[in-house]
Amino acid sequence: MSASRRWQSAYLIVVFAVLYAPIAYMIFYSFNSGGTMHGFEGFTLEYYGEVFRDGRLLIIVLNTVVIALLSSTISTILGVIGALAIMRTRTRRSRNALLSMNNVLIVSPDVIIGASLLVMFTMAGIRLGFTSVLLSHIAFSVPIVVLMVLPKLQEMSPTLIDAARDLGASGWQVLSRVVVPFIKPGIFAGFFMALTYSLDDFAVTFFVTGNGFTTLSVEIYSRARQGVSLSINALSALIFLFTLLIVLGYYVLNRRSAKRLGTGVPR
Amino acid sequence: MNAKRNVYLAPYLAWMALFIVIPIALIVYDSFFDIDGGFTFGNYEKFLTPIYLKMTVSSLWYAFLITLFSLLIAYPAAYALTKMKHKQLWLLLLILPSWVNLLLKVYAFLGIFGTYGFVNGALEALGIGRQQILFTDFSFVFVSVYIFIPFMILPVYNALEDLNPSLVFAARDLGASGWTTFRKVVFPLTLDGVKAGCQAVFIPALSLFMITRLVAGNRVITLGTAIEQHFLVTQDWGMGAAIAVFLIIAMVVIMLLTGTGQAGRVRR
Amino acid sequence: MKSLVRTLVAVLVIAAGLLIAINRLNSSQGYSGADTLTVYNWGDYIDPDLLDKFREETGIKVIYQTFDSNEAMMTKIEQGGTTFDIAVPSDYAIGKMRQENLLLPIDHAKLPNLANIDSRFLNQSFDPGNVYSIPYFWGTVGIVYNPELVGDLTFDSWDDLWDPSLRNNILLVDSAREVIGMGLNSLGYSLNDTDETHLQEALGKLKKLTPNVKALVGDEIKMLLAGEEAAVGLVWSGDASEIMDENDKLDYVIPKDGSNLWFDNMVIPKTARNLDGALKFMNFMLDPENAAQNAEYVGYATPNAKAMPLLPAEIAEDKRFYPEPALTDKLEVYDNLGKRMLAHYNELFLEFKMHKKVNDRV
Repeated sequence: MSASRRWQSAYLIVVFAVLYAPIAYMIFYSFNSGGTMHGFEGFTLEYYGEVFRDGRLLIIVLNTVVIALLSSTISTILGVIGALAIMRTRTRRSRNALLSMNNVLIVSPDVIIGASLLVMFTMAGIRLGFTSVLLSHIAFSVPIVVLMVLPKLQEMSPTLIDAARDLGASGWQVLSRVVVPFIKPGIFAGFFMALTYSLDDFAVTFFVTGNGFTTLSVEIYSRARQGVSLSINALSALIFLFTLLIVLGYYVLNRRSAKRLGTGVPR
Repeated sequence: MNAKRNVYLAPYLAWMALFIVIPIALIVYDSFFDIDGGFTFGNYEKFLTPIYLKMTVSSLWYAFLITLFSLLIAYPAAYALTKMKHKQLWLLLLILPSWVNLLLKVYAFLGIFGTYGFVNGALEALGIGRQQILFTDFSFVFVSVYIFIPFMILPVYNALEDLNPSLVFAARDLGASGWTTFRKVVFPLTLDGVKAGCQAVFIPALSLFMITRLVAGNRVITLGTAIEQHFLVTQDWGMGAAIAVFLIIAMVVIMLLTGTGQAGRVRR
Repeated sequence: MKSLVRTLVAVLVIAAGLLIAINRLNSSQGYSGADTLTVYNWGDYIDPDLLDKFREETGIKVIYQTFDSNEAMMTKIEQGGTTFDIAVPSDYAIGKMRQENLLLPIDHAKLPNLANIDSRFLNQSFDPGNVYSIPYFWGTVGIVYNPELVGDLTFDSWDDLWDPSLRNNILLVDSAREVIGMGLNSLGYSLNDTDETHLQEALGKLKKLTPNVKALVGDEIKMLLAGEEAAVGLVWSGDASEIMDENDKLDYVIPKDGSNLWFDNMVIPKTARNLDGALKFMNFMLDPENAAQNAEYVGYATPNAKAMPLLPAEIAEDKRFYPEPALTDKLEVYDNLGKRMLAHYNELFLEFKMHKKVNDRV
């Protein structure tokens, strides 16, 4: 390992240490019998027990995951379509116009998006709950997917497509065999960003939810007045570890199957 | 391809009309009404008073700082990532922390940065002594950068991944130093990724609100804070909407300045 | 493309599986049954065991939904689109909701337990005759402080906060009425003062407090004060009792020059569907035993006179959280000052916050 490689690894380790520090802190205090996130008194598993006894909390967690998965999938598809649409506009001016429109939702503070979506949904007579939350999450996720996919599309050399066309590929074939594989990293980046937005959103969800439907963020924020109980820490720790396992498992499986097929690590 | 009809435009425009145009129209409409529901331009006049202008300048300044530090930290990290084995895995691990609820992470930061927290404990052990870290500009920028860093790393990483390594080798063969290679070859070729990252950070950073209270103790007042106040406390939706309209205009200007979609893109 | 399709299918299959699981759980928990009651309350502001007890007694399953500010709650109720049978707003919010016709009148004949409530908490200015609201919890605004760190300051008067020895050592709640009200009270004016010269005078005085203010924060003020991040804090009494539960070094005091008396009351919003269930729920919560159990769990002061003997003596006899009528009579409830005045209060508050920052920079 060269000196520069060592520096690079050291730098990454520092970045990762900082990124995971608050999470480690949160998990550490989920075992605190003192009941608060400061002054560790003693070890307890009490809060983990609380999590499993609380059926309502479990429903909320599942709601959150379903909304996140569905909204990020749908918004990834819409976002890719959007990015392709922007790429294909002919004049620079209309492209800029589309892009600015696209970014409007990113710049608008959550409270405003939430409030105006609420007004819109009630005007349209949509029952507040699962549907309204899902639609809102799609609404604020699409723009970020577009932002992630667009640079990849811009990088793509037009000659690649021309070549495919010259070889007789149909429009669909060009898209599925040439364009999509090329922009795949952008698509995945967009998907994960959308997932992140959805999982963490509080303000928009708060406004557009109703009729008994709640997500984890809304629950956590509204508990703040009474002080967030450590069972929330415990729950987050469990979710975090669970996600970590899925990510690791997914990666190992993917590598295995890729090796078997002899294609190396999939990109 | 360019001569073909743009089949993707219709669904995208339909989506935009429903979920962007209508909400924005509602916001613009709201901005012309005062707190008692009468038509007025007063909200915009109020925005031009010193108190809101000062707030605007400070929002821009902090958003700039946050974007700058995010880029300075993210670029080398993304670069180092591309050199790692198992880089896909590392990338996923990088995003993972942002799936933990923000409020919990911020509470953890309150503990870490507090007067009797972890960092101050370390400072005291080192003989530097306790410092006020919480409720300072430093902690505000730090936590904001913490939140936004994945949004910067991802696009930069993608751009670096696409970089043709032979270009770098060629530059080195021609005798360019490491720094020159970076400045003349690597960085320009990843500029699109950098721009995407800066937009994904700068724009939302303008309207940050929760951490201004939690981590900065309202020592930092941004436009986002003011909007939240108007919508949730005073219920003066008109004024909040007027500030939001300003933010939207500012965003469009920024987009035009950074010139995304420009004709003279770097081509390979 | 292939791996993308595979991922897509996997995500959809997982989502479908989870949806089925949610449905099962919902029905096994009784949320999809016919007889449900939706309660819209602050997070963790009720003992969950009481919800189970209520179901055992009446067969009604409570769906507990939460909000984090009065204003956000009012927006949701005003817009409709969702059912809430009971909500728990604070005093000034009740006045506002009453004015905007967001509440349904309460049939007192169906609430025999209303007689348990101490009469001094009834018939308040925000809801004369309690036509629309029934007391749930009440409290005051005051100062939490660490006696070891403040020398001989006693905070009998708000002016003690301006003492130079408290430099950078005070946390304030991020709330316009409380902070401006403190300024007004310290000058001997009413909390509900709308006289512009008095308000400017209060703002001027508050600006002089800035060197002492470490931060203006929200609910996390409890965590910060319990962790001794600052020596002094301006807080609501409910928060104070929680802080002192965690850190017994601290003490709570209501300055003698006046302060705020607040209420969180139960109301029936106009969105209610299960009116009968809502009244049953109110009556259930007014039962002395249930009220005492709830007060012990939540830690706030109960307005239920019959519940007081059922509470542990160290809670019921704590004069800091159950002040004598002689003191509560001197405290003021927030009037609904109207949107315009409230906006003005917030402008002044914003100016106070901005002032602080400039001061620090110089």
